[in-house]
Amino acid sequence: MDKPFAITLGAGSSHANKTGAWRTERPVYVDRLPPCNHACPAGENIQHWLSLAEEPSYEAAWRQIMLDNPFPAVMGRVCYRPCESACNRGQLDEAVGINSVERFLGDQAIEHGWTVPVTAQPSGKRVLVVGAGPAGLSAAYHLTLLGHAVTVIDSGSAPGGMMRFGIPRYRLPRHVLDAEIQRILDMGVTLELGRTVTDLAEAMRGFDAAFLAVGAHIGRRAYLPAGDSARILDAVSVLRDVADGPAPLLGRRVVVYDGGNTAMDAARTAKRLGAADAVVVYRRTRDRMPAHDSEVAEASEEGVRMKWLSTIAHADGERVVIERMRLDETGFPQPTGEFEELAADSVVLALGQEADLSLLAGLPGIKVEGGIVKVGPGMMTGCPGVFAGGDMVPAERTVTVAVGHGKKAARHIDAWLRGGAHRPPPRHPMAGFDLLNTWYYSDAPATVRPKLDLARRMSTFDEVEGGLEESTALFEARRCLSCGNCFECDNCYGVCPDNAVLKLGPGLRYEIDLDFCKGCGLCVSECPAGAIEMVPEVT
Amino acid sequence: MPAPRTKFYQVGSFAVGNRLLPPEQRAVQAAPDRGNALTSGHRACRGCGEALGARYAIDAAIRATGGRMIAVNATGCLEVFSTPYPETAWQVSWIHSLFGNAPAVATGVAAALKAKGRTDVRVVGQGGDGGTVDIGFACLSGMFERGDDVLYICYDNQAYMNTGVQRSGATPPAARTATTPVPGGNAFGQGKNAPLIAMAHEIPYVATATVADLRDLEYKVRRAMDFRGARYLHILVPCPLGWVTDACDTIRVARLATESGLFPVFEAEGGEVTGVTRIRRRIPVDDYLRLQSRYAHLFADPPRTDVIARIQASADRNIRRFGLVD
Repeated sequence: MDKPFAITLGAGSSHANKTGAWRTERPVYVDRLPPCNHACPAGENIQHWLSLAEEPSYEAAWRQIMLDNPFPAVMGRVCYRPCESACNRGQLDEAVGINSVERFLGDQAIEHGWTVPVTAQPSGKRVLVVGAGPAGLSAAYHLTLLGHAVTVIDSGSAPGGMMRFGIPRYRLPRHVLDAEIQRILDMGVTLELGRTVTDLAEAMRGFDAAFLAVGAHIGRRAYLPAGDSARILDAVSVLRDVADGPAPLLGRRVVVYDGGNTAMDAARTAKRLGAADAVVVYRRTRDRMPAHDSEVAEASEEGVRMKWLSTIAHADGERVVIERMRLDETGFPQPTGEFEELAADSVVLALGQEADLSLLAGLPGIKVEGGIVKVGPGMMTGCPGVFAGGDMVPAERTVTVAVGHGKKAARHIDAWLRGGAHRPPPRHPMAGFDLLNTWYYSDAPATVRPKLDLARRMSTFDEVEGGLEESTALFEARRCLSCGNCFECDNCYGVCPDNAVLKLGPGLRYEIDLDFCKGCGLCVSECPAGAIEMVPEVT
Repeated sequence: MPAPRTKFYQVGSFAVGNRLLPPEQRAVQAAPDRGNALTSGHRACRGCGEALGARYAIDAAIRATGGRMIAVNATGCLEVFSTPYPETAWQVSWIHSLFGNAPAVATGVAAALKAKGRTDVRVVGQGGDGGTVDIGFACLSGMFERGDDVLYICYDNQAYMNTGVQRSGATPPAARTATTPVPGGNAFGQGKNAPLIAMAHEIPYVATATVADLRDLEYKVRRAMDFRGARYLHILVPCPLGWVTDACDTIRVARLATESGLFPVFEAEGGEVTGVTRIRRRIPVDDYLRLQSRYAHLFADPPRTDVIARIQASADRNIRRFGLVD
């Protein structure tokens, strides 16, 4: 060390001065769980498939969806979009139109005939799936991908379950449903239609496991004082008959009772069948209505009338008597003793559905509570090897939830068949809105989907909501904030005053050069997505 | 014209890069092979705005000149933290002489290059606000007046930070410095608006920028290089030490300076304003001041609402004067 006084380094670059020694905290790249992914009942990695769609790489995006959900085009039409309710962008301007992009990708796949290859080695195991609805078909799809031989049995005349016999055509055109189901069948799934399983133990002969997804398609009845001439139907039967058989005669004035999604479907269907007046009668107020807002809004646009705070006291001939209700302090509706009359050719009851569980008779270990089957965290019933999902188990009754059940059950069935237990990977911590630096995102209002004009909506079963064109779908995908996940915007690389962020190349993200990082945290503050965090140095 | 904005690609052109844009439409700072004029190992404080601003500006100048440039540095933080003899963080031809003579030395370098017929090599003078608006001001004004072919960049952190945060001619009203202690802080009615003084010389190009808007800063360096003659770029570079902010807030505080209207971002040609960067999300000056403990005395008990109101009035005046809000 023969340096001049006060000189510590030889002539040359400052690179010899390792300023990383100053650091008390270090930045660490993380992946957080975006709220959309967290909210998705089917467990889709939405943030990731949106990022692929943004490139634009539509087929790769579609394949990413297909890892979790075999029905993108159906989802893009009937899903109630919990992802969009959770979307952080909703706090900035409007939520990303995730569902619109999913529909666009699903339609692209149908148009281009994209398929998913089965690459797994055959396991030699056979799995019976009872019910060809969303849960059953989803399970069949995932089990097939995992190498198992799957047979699906359904009592209906065509596969799809509630997607076909419950959801009206104007929300889900049949060619879309058919295409996505056919794609699953083409993977080698055996389908037996028109066969009702009455004795599961018998039907399971030759199978190593079973997944039950018989749904809930028996309309719940309520005692309704009615004269002999009153025409009272249940909504599920009405919807089924419209889908598969001679359309039911409802008349010109139709009263629908209760306020769920099925009630909206029934009222809108009645309009399309020629009813001049369709009235939904509901005991509580609109904000308490279980139907989703979009369905209530679309029904109202089509001229469906809503009678809030009302119940049907009596039905007879061509009239029903309505009693006005009021909500007490607990929010429970109480009768008021005030009555009025409505003209009605028919009354459609949409009081919810129950599952037909008679096939379970004699099966040991199965617990049924309140008309639904109890399952464990792995979707297995009390009977080993018998799993269940969809509307027949306790959960919200939507197509997306059912598809999620199918996937989850398939993974647990696979593990069970291989003598192990399925352990889902640990979840990342949430990417909340407060972790984002929204300054960096462009201002961009949401794209609105086109809607069929009202006259055609009220007279035909044509699809109400249109899809997005490619340019608008791409725009919508690019509204994604990529919450909690690096999208390679180069901000960290740019804002470091010490050049201590190394750029590793497309797709490879970045690395901190700890020789020089002083731990200022600018990269963390200026990361738009909240994908870096400061961690104290251990001394 | 402010920097052209990319329409819409997720982050548009707000972020440094954008994987959805072709490389030539990304910032110079996004390039894997950027100049890194001021490289790692320099001794600037954690989160230094000046180190960041200098790399942004000189890397952009390197890109604009194809690397054929010479930087002339005044004494100040930038010189001291980058070049403690015999070591340097500069990866560009660089010369330092004295505190007050950087514009004159730059003039000399430009004259020498002209004498040698090397007018392809461009000259950039640079210094802090002390070296620019106080000590070197006569040399700077002379450089403007003579029209020497130099782009002079002032990195404004609003005080003499290197020697311990003493007041400079660019220190804003009410700010606490070592020489303007509380309760009063710096007095009102003083300080120099160097960009407007530069414009009064009617030189070809004058612009302001901040480290919070990289694309705009890079555009202005590039644009300045389109002109010959004396040009002036004034860049706001927050100082965590002197402003008493968290190291991680350097860019945020610069952003709030512009969004409050206290630091107008504009450009001018031949003495006329030709473009302003409009405020995107307007905020009250409170939001900007509260982040900095050099203004903590304004929010003590009792709060100095009268002083805050005067600062707000100056922001409002900027907004009116430069048309910062649509």
